[in-house]
Amino acid sequence: MRAVRGIDATVTAGETVALLGPNGAGKSTTLDILLGLLDPDGGSATVFGMSPSDAVSSGVVGAMLQTGGLIRDLRVRELVTMMASLYPDPLDVDEVLALTGTEPVADRLTQKLSGGQVQRVRFALALVANPELLVLDEPTAAMDVEGRREFWTTMRDFASRGKTILFATHYLEEADAYADRAVLMARGRVVADGPTTEIKALVGTRTIRATLPGVPLEQLERLDGVSHAERRGEAVILACSDSDAAIRALLAAYPEARDIEITGAGLEEAFLILTEDGEDE
Amino acid sequence: MSSASYIRFELLRTFRNRRFFLFSFGFPLVLYFLIAAPNRHVHSLNRSGISAPLYYMVGLAAFGSMNAMLATGARIAAERQVGWNRQLRTTPLTPRTYFRAKVLTAYVVAVGSLVLLALAGTVLGVRLPAHEWLRMGWLMLVGLIPFAVIGVAIGHLVAADSIGPVIGGTLALFAFLGGVWFPISGSGTLHDIAQALPSYWLVQAAHVALGGGGWTSRGWLVVAAWTAAMLVVAVRAYRRDTARA
Repeated sequence: MRAVRGIDATVTAGETVALLGPNGAGKSTTLDILLGLLDPDGGSATVFGMSPSDAVSSGVVGAMLQTGGLIRDLRVRELVTMMASLYPDPLDVDEVLALTGTEPVADRLTQKLSGGQVQRVRFALALVANPELLVLDEPTAAMDVEGRREFWTTMRDFASRGKTILFATHYLEEADAYADRAVLMARGRVVADGPTTEIKALVGTRTIRATLPGVPLEQLERLDGVSHAERRGEAVILACSDSDAAIRALLAAYPEARDIEITGAGLEEAFLILTEDGEDE
Repeated sequence: MSSASYIRFELLRTFRNRRFFLFSFGFPLVLYFLIAAPNRHVHSLNRSGISAPLYYMVGLAAFGSMNAMLATGARIAAERQVGWNRQLRTTPLTPRTYFRAKVLTAYVVAVGSLVLLALAGTVLGVRLPAHEWLRMGWLMLVGLIPFAVIGVAIGHLVAADSIGPVIGGTLALFAFLGGVWFPISGSGTLHDIAQALPSYWLVQAAHVALGGGGWTSRGWLVVAAWTAAMLVVAVRAYRRDTARA
């Protein structure tokens, strides 16, 4: 099975880039390849001009993986110090504990932490590396609202030091708020790549679904406010840049349309529409 | 970058794990007192001229230290279960430092268990000349090398949910075929199998205290061959072990 195919994207140093896509889009696989945890069957990945494993060995990469716990029988401060000792130019441990909000639990054993605290410590482990490239795989997935806010504040501060940040997320809002650029992935490929404002316009659309047999898709796509149309049996699905204009135009041109639904496209749905043209294997 | 700091914390973790310590140290010790204490006045077991406390001390030294070495595997499997191996793989930690830390930790536990057994033996009246303690001790340390590597290899090959039986079975098989529980006779198929196992030579190392001659060149060869072969297995298992759990 192929998790990803033909990912072609470049992240420039100093950028904060979101790898955006629904679950199963291949985000984690892409990041695993970038971190040298997985070898691609074809193609290549380079990090600062090096192979991923060389980049990791030289200590310029820090990572917070999507899943994972902590080893037991160490206090939080000890664990962060242990990991810091592996890097050539780590951040100060106390500074990192303060930045990640783990100071209050610094002297607690790792097995006595709550889920949210574990998440913060894992972030601390990635941050203490003081990496040029910070890779975060759905970092906020297990965080509460408060934790999320603090997390992104810290990230912004880290980015302002000229660091490169690449994070995977399936929240459009996160990509929009914190990334300079978003790379959109669906079904293992890149479907869009650009400034987050563009991406937001692209996927932040509504869809109109209606039963409307026998109308060619080209005609529907010419309607006002419709950016893309496709057919599922008797039904058509219209991805809209302006759903208000589109519904008026649709009913004016095709009064026989019925069973009409207008929905705000979730990211997942928007992706499916964007990738519907792509061949299925 | 300092591997010393990493290894120091790895040791600290091991010392903090009381349950692990209790079983690694306590189990052979309790077993020893259970078997040897009631027989502490038997000065010549089966008219061999060897006292019961000495005989059982030597057997449990081999068993306990082997157990301590293989137990590394269980700790590694538990770390892998929470994805820690993947976390480590995103750091500049070298395989060399990783292996060194694991083997050193295993040795600390094994040596601790050997010292405790020696003390227990002394309590029950075992008296050996210093040079015999030393010769037995260092030969056992060498004999444990293959088990250190086997422990790491098993830890990276077996999942946490089945590591218990795998280590228990491996230990039992090595102990049984190596002559930990009862002596292997001087010839026959069992003898040939035993001689090809590192546990047999570990037992021979321990038997130095019983007046045994230590290792023949075959012993050195078997220990070296097992170490080399299992090292290849362990390194390959470690390198391949990057998949998501």
